[in-house]
Amino acid sequence: MDILKQISENLRGGNDKKVLEFTKLAIEQKIPPKDILDDGLIAGMDTVGKLFKAHEIFLPDVLLAAKAMYSGMDELKPILIREGIPTIGKVVIGTIQGDLHDIGKNLVGIMLKGAGFEVIDLGNDVSPEKFVERAKKENAKVIGMSALLTTTMQGMRKVIDLLNERGLSGEIKTIIGGAPVSEEFAREIGADAYGYDAASAVDRVKKLTREK
Amino acid sequence: MREIIHCSIKDIKPDVDIILKSQGVFTPPEPPEKINALLDMSMDLFGKLSIPMGIISEISISEFEVVYSGEGQNEKNTPVNEIFRRADNLALFTATLGEGISREINELFKLNEFALGCMLDSVASEGIEKVAEIAQNHFSEYLSKSGQTTPSTRIMRYSPGYCGWHISGQKKLFEFLHPEDIAISLTDSFLMQPLKSVSGVMIAGPKEIHHFEDNFPFCSKCSGHTCRERIKSLR
Ligand code: B12
Ligand code: SF4
Repeated sequence: MDILKQISENLRGGNDKKVLEFTKLAIEQKIPPKDILDDGLIAGMDTVGKLFKAHEIFLPDVLLAAKAMYSGMDELKPILIREGIPTIGKVVIGTIQGDLHDIGKNLVGIMLKGAGFEVIDLGNDVSPEKFVERAKKENAKVIGMSALLTTTMQGMRKVIDLLNERGLSGEIKTIIGGAPVSEEFAREIGADAYGYDAASAVDRVKKLTREK
Repeated sequence: MREIIHCSIKDIKPDVDIILKSQGVFTPPEPPEKINALLDMSMDLFGKLSIPMGIISEISISEFEVVYSGEGQNEKNTPVNEIFRRADNLALFTATLGEGISREINELFKLNEFALGCMLDSVASEGIEKVAEIAQNHFSEYLSKSGQTTPSTRIMRYSPGYCGWHISGQKKLFEFLHPEDIAISLTDSFLMQPLKSVSGVMIAGPKEIHHFEDNFPFCSKCSGHTCRERIKSLR
């Protein structure tokens, strides 16, 4: 079996040690790093995402696969940076100010990274200023906000208003998610997208970054 | 009556079926080996890192009236509002697993141990409910020992943030309960720290007072309608 296939198949099985071993081997054999990323790591994670959507594997399987992906990614990242190979986009994510529930946001971050995005996770209880300033500083294409409380979800509007005020809304797109928010709420506050779960978050963020 | 409760880990063993369900794992009769291993590790960490504690404090109906009115942000009518005036006894409660377990979950995520971190989060979320159950058992024992129950007495727990009782209600609740005794504090947005904490009121009274319809205006946005099961379980 070729090395890239080995990477993606071991990734699917959540075998992080093997993924690391084959990524190192692929680098040694001078396989272009972009190919290792796209046809090995991201391809493997893509299959995992599809199997999860089809209910053939469970959430823990996805998370074990994500760990395996990151083990290969950590090896590859310095080379991608050295060779100036850009990621498909930077996304700044966080749980909105006042809210501490963060498991959903973490899952979204893991899946976005698995799809090849560079993810900057600001944690929880993130102020609107922090979202906007960090996204601008990092040149991020998308801000992803999570809220689990009806009391804090209004804070998402403040981030969007701040982006508008600073003339950044064309440059930086917004996506929101979390149990109390909806497609309708996203429209109401002027967010560019809503993601129902981590898998749809990936599809929507891909679409947002393509739209630009 | 005000009591600080220290629970033993063996009394708050989380329910495996509920944990697996929250992880989206539905595989009767046995989950896959890898998932079982994660579950075992999480249960082990849960046992080592949790410091389960709670406070219960009896409160009169007139005192609760003030606590419940909170910051004036509740929905106009709510299940708690319909029930508490008809209760025989009320007690405020809060419970926590301590800071250690949340710190470990964050640490696991930082170390890319996502599956274990997420499983431990589910175990802890289920575990904190068990601590609240223990608190309820204490209240129940206290009432029966002091001869304040009848065969039809049932106790139900209600929390701010649910069913129209605004989350800001935690402010007045904590002014009465003083949870700083077990190291729980409230953030500016009325959330408890440590994260794995719960709070609310326990309402004791004849079974019938706990019956209500799920047709409040806010019920249309409720996905779980868990009140139905809770009421059904009051046999
Ligand atoms: C588990 C849980 C807890 C746990 C903590 C979990 C944690 N680590 O964060 C515990 C038991 C400690 C807890 C406590 C409380 N909780 Co709580 N909790 C929940 C529960 C049941 C699930 C949340 C969760 O982790 N889900 C699993 C994850 C994977 O799902 P998710 O967060 O929805 O994320 C997915 C999607 O939404 C989406 N998504 C999420 N973020 C984003 C972001 C983007 C950009 C995109 C695209 C998509 C996306 O993708 C994710 C992955 O698929 C919810 C109910 C619910 N149905 O959501 C209540 C809930 C959030 N809690 C609630 C409340 C009120 C509380 C308490 C205040 C109750 C109390 N008084 O005791 C306390 C507060 C705790 C505190 N410290 O102050 C309320 C909030 C209600 C409100 N009015 O706003 C809820 C909604 C329950 C309810 N009423 O039905 N809670
Ligand atoms: S339907 Fe939902 S919101 Fe309404 S009372 Fe029942 S649990 Fe509460």
